[in-house]
Amino acid sequence: MLQTMARELAPLHQGDPIKAATREAYGKALLELGEEMPDLCVLDADLSGSTKTKAFGQAYPERFFNCGVAEANMMGIAAGLASMGKTVFASSFAMFATGKAWEQVRQSIAVPEFNVKVAATHAGLTVGEDGKSHQMLEDITLMRVIPGMRVLVPADAVEARLAVRAAAEADGPFYVRLSRASTPVVFGEDYKFEIGKGAVVRDGHDIAIVACGIEVGMALAAAEELAQGGIEARVIAMASVKPIDADLITEAAQDCGCVMTAEEHQVMGGLGSAVAEVLATRAPVPMAFCGMNNEFGQSGDAWDLVSHYGLDGPGLAASARKLIESKKS
Amino acid sequence: MTLTDQQREEIRAAANTVRQDSVRMTNAATCGHPGGPMGMADFMSTLFLAHLNLDADNRHDPERDRFILGNGHTCAGLYSLLAQKGLFSRESLLEFRKFGSPLQGHPHRNLDLGIDMSTGSLGNGLSVGVGMALAAKQNGWGTRVYVASSDGESQEGQIWEAATAAAHYGLANLTVMVDFNNIQIDGVMREVMDVLDLREKYAAFGWHAVDVDGHDVDAIDAALCSAKEETTRPSAIICHTTIGKGVSFMEDKAAWHGVAPNDEQAREALAELGA
Repeated sequence: MLQTMARELAPLHQGDPIKAATREAYGKALLELGEEMPDLCVLDADLSGSTKTKAFGQAYPERFFNCGVAEANMMGIAAGLASMGKTVFASSFAMFATGKAWEQVRQSIAVPEFNVKVAATHAGLTVGEDGKSHQMLEDITLMRVIPGMRVLVPADAVEARLAVRAAAEADGPFYVRLSRASTPVVFGEDYKFEIGKGAVVRDGHDIAIVACGIEVGMALAAAEELAQGGIEARVIAMASVKPIDADLITEAAQDCGCVMTAEEHQVMGGLGSAVAEVLATRAPVPMAFCGMNNEFGQSGDAWDLVSHYGLDGPGLAASARKLIESKKS
Repeated sequence: MTLTDQQREEIRAAANTVRQDSVRMTNAATCGHPGGPMGMADFMSTLFLAHLNLDADNRHDPERDRFILGNGHTCAGLYSLLAQKGLFSRESLLEFRKFGSPLQGHPHRNLDLGIDMSTGSLGNGLSVGVGMALAAKQNGWGTRVYVASSDGESQEGQIWEAATAAAHYGLANLTVMVDFNNIQIDGVMREVMDVLDLREKYAAFGWHAVDVDGHDVDAIDAALCSAKEETTRPSAIICHTTIGKGVSFMEDKAAWHGVAPNDEQAREALAELGA
């Protein structure tokens, strides 16, 4: 297959594996932004130790509001603060921020187009032991369907810091999806994140794997395994689930002839759906969707769960081989 | 501060215009909610004419007062008062609920028109008021935040989340005016889901809370003045009203919560209102 253009790959982290949680990066980014943006306010719903907003609260107590265990009210307060000119981050676990308070996010934040960033941690399976009540696997769908809401799912701590900053600096509502678990740092420190842009983190022409969040690291592991069998996978980190990088996805489909998506989320309505919406009209190719298939999670070690549901490197590699076979037939 | 005779007459005239407009607007739209705004007309007019610092000249002043219509379905009355205060033309009132009109079926935030918040889904407004009052307090502004709510809306749990937070943050600059008419869309509030004594409830949540006759503009004015005297507590004014007030066949009838008068009914109603 012809290579259409020389591609500049996103700078990757080199050397010994570093692990960090995107929620840790969020907490640090808030501290930086708090100093730069005097109108920045942060809200939490009694989970500030876990969401990592606590450090902001200690540094800027007059701009931090712990709203207690009342997420719907917190989103309304965020809207009210934003209506008075504040830039507001509102945090809780993804389950409660987007599930319990979905209607308030829609009505009070998105409808009036307020400058509120819903930054939620503990998304997906990697909450682990807490089990299905806390494993939010529907949040990308729930936020993506709201008009005007932008959705960012950073792959690692480096991208999380940049995504939080980008959301803070852009006007209007955002959803930033963050993880509890520590994950390998994928990106190098000179990585440039841009809203609406994906990043090619490994080039290849046999299959394109579009991933977000912790699945970017898993996709890279899968690509490594596939390469040993002579399959070269292109791995695209698509933190900007909305707006999505339609050009990069289209080009990948045209170059590779098949596209697989990977996300720690339900297949219905998530990143995979967003990619399919692009390709169905611009470059239809065989696709596979890795994620949760119409089921809830369960308690267990985070990485055991990722493996159980076929979302680790070997699981993604197996799905990739099947997709490539179907392309040939 | 008590109302002067002239103020009292102006408020009563404005309230009567609200009632007439509620009939005209819902009749023209052939749908909408006339009964609520007719019942709220006296306390809303007292607020808008004697207390709320919002007019055509200061609409874009960040430090001006804010108003949120938590029970957004009663917006015919809000639009009437904004038009009476010169924020937009009275002619545009008859475009209410029609395609292309900024006077949406439930309020959509539009600072040019003096509409501070999008509402319509019950329970959401008071939380936003808490956020506005927090921001004003943080900025050291004299801004007061007023939220209209209702007995039916008080069935929403979020109201009590917001009430808890407002007292916790000591938002003396926040006042909620509750339209208590004992009517909701499915019937009599006491039968559908009784919210019991809302003054007691707000007081138990740490608020300065008073009951008033929601048609007595002097009592309403006194309650709004007493709210301004508070230094650490938010205030709740439970306004006891009659839905459809001013039109004999509409008063105290759940049917007029969400049904527009037809042409004949509108003519009769307007005649009773002295139009």
